[in-house]
Amino acid sequence: MIWQQLVNGISVGSIYALMATGYALIYSLLGFSNWAHGDIGMIGAYIGFFSLATFNLPVWLALIVAVAGAGLVSVISERLAYRRIRNNNSPTMFLMIAAMGVSITLQNFVLVTVGSKFKTYPQILPVKAISVGGIYIGMLDLISFSVSLLVILFLYFLIERTKFGLAVKAAASDMQVASLLGINVDKYIGLVFLLAGSLAGVSGVLLGMKYTVYPQLGNFALKAFIASVFGGLGSVPGAIVGALFIGIMEVFVAGYVSAGLRDLFTFTLLIAVLVIRPTGLFGKDIQDKA
Amino acid sequence: MAGYYEGLFILVGINIIAVLGVSILTGFTRLFSFGNAGFMAIGAYTGAILSKELNTPLVISIIGGMIMAGFIAFLLGKITLGLKGDYFLIATLGFGESIRVIIENMQSVTGGARGYSGIPMKTNIWVVIISVVIAVWIAWNLLHSKIGRNFQAIREQEMAADAIGIDSAKYKNYAFVISAMFAAWAGVLFAHYFSFIVPIMFNLVKSSEMTITVVIGGLGSLTGSIIATTILTLLPELARAAAEYRMLAYGVAVVLIVTLRPSGLMGYREFSFKKTVAWIKNVFNRKKTSSPEEEENA
Repeated sequence: MIWQQLVNGISVGSIYALMATGYALIYSLLGFSNWAHGDIGMIGAYIGFFSLATFNLPVWLALIVAVAGAGLVSVISERLAYRRIRNNNSPTMFLMIAAMGVSITLQNFVLVTVGSKFKTYPQILPVKAISVGGIYIGMLDLISFSVSLLVILFLYFLIERTKFGLAVKAAASDMQVASLLGINVDKYIGLVFLLAGSLAGVSGVLLGMKYTVYPQLGNFALKAFIASVFGGLGSVPGAIVGALFIGIMEVFVAGYVSAGLRDLFTFTLLIAVLVIRPTGLFGKDIQDKA
Repeated sequence: MAGYYEGLFILVGINIIAVLGVSILTGFTRLFSFGNAGFMAIGAYTGAILSKELNTPLVISIIGGMIMAGFIAFLLGKITLGLKGDYFLIATLGFGESIRVIIENMQSVTGGARGYSGIPMKTNIWVVIISVVIAVWIAWNLLHSKIGRNFQAIREQEMAADAIGIDSAKYKNYAFVISAMFAAWAGVLFAHYFSFIVPIMFNLVKSSEMTITVVIGGLGSLTGSIIATTILTLLPELARAAAEYRMLAYGVAVVLIVTLRPSGLMGYREFSFKKTVAWIKNVFNRKKTSSPEEEENA
């Protein structure tokens, strides 16, 4: 029973992890929490749904379209809203408020154009579960875990082993110096938004397959957001650890304590972690500079 | 129809009281909180239970709700106000959502997720008018006192404020407690107007709405917050015909204001009748000389 719960927890946690890395990436560069991140995932889920159900695209193509679409929406939101605020030299909190506006806009845009009805993904994956030593693992859970793992490994490679990653890390550590050294910061911020949006798109499609698609699907990202805070804002490994931890804890609390108290445990843990370690597990210490 | 307009008026008044609290916290001390709906819930439930179970008069219920919320805010502020920026915001977000879940799980006392009903309907238009006048008076005088100036010093730069001898930890906690008490005040009035409350009324969306209102009004303008609250409460009602599109328009408006007019409607300035008259005169004079506009609404 415990192992079964652990498997379920890891499956939920891996989807949270995909989203949480997106939060961490953007925070590490711009120092704000992209409130609209979950809604971009929601857009991805809808694009995936329509390409499968309405346009009958093959699965791999639908996935690519959904991920690219989510990435594109993310880039557009950066161009239209966040870039201007950065150029205005407004406080970083304004970025977050703009993100809240983008979130409301995206949710209601879908509500107006598509409607509030729940949509169910067509059956493209077998629903059967495989049994390993008495533990049942759903095919979908297995696939979402493997996809998340692959994407996260790819992300690691991208950040640690490529020129792109080096430039992003340089811009994250000091944007002005990075641009003095000849890094086109605006271009890299755009690319990071593309990357984060695509990650959100992948998790949106996975969530859509696991549950259903509806305009408020993005609210799932709140947990991923908490995970990224828990792991330390702006830290990608922290976000992954935090997401797995929260996923597993939620499943255990729901299974052994009470489903109604699940969120209370998550939020209490969050406040406790912040009080004991104000910068999360792996976060950098932020101090006011004189 | 008179009842409809009265209801709108009451709603605007209640929202103004809650937003004044956020304005003090966010506009004047630059602390962003997503927990104010939680304090509103604490106030609403405390006040409602006092009125229904102990038959206390409305004033006592309001004071009871405010004390309860203020006390909890004091404790929460003590442990979380050391956090910086986003981390503080997340802690208050976690708090606000926790309060909602706790109320949902305290079936026997609060009625749980199905709500708490049978609250005496004591909030009428006069109660709201008196409350708003008192709330604005308190907020205005507070912000023009030593405490208010200390808040603004912390807003401009916390380190500098510390350096000139302002105990920033103490004053941040003051601002937090005061904003929680305003939220609770609004919550009690809210409960006694609808006579029925459900925990989901006080969720994250409500908290973020209040913060957005303050930003739109202008961070650092009390009158800006009041004007923004009035507009944002009335607009959706006037645009009933386009109900489907009003939230979409709201989202777009938030993005436009933050990107194109970052200082909000009023910026740091307060609305003043004299200056408005001067501005209108100026507009007419300018038309004669036809010079390009330079001064914004003051």
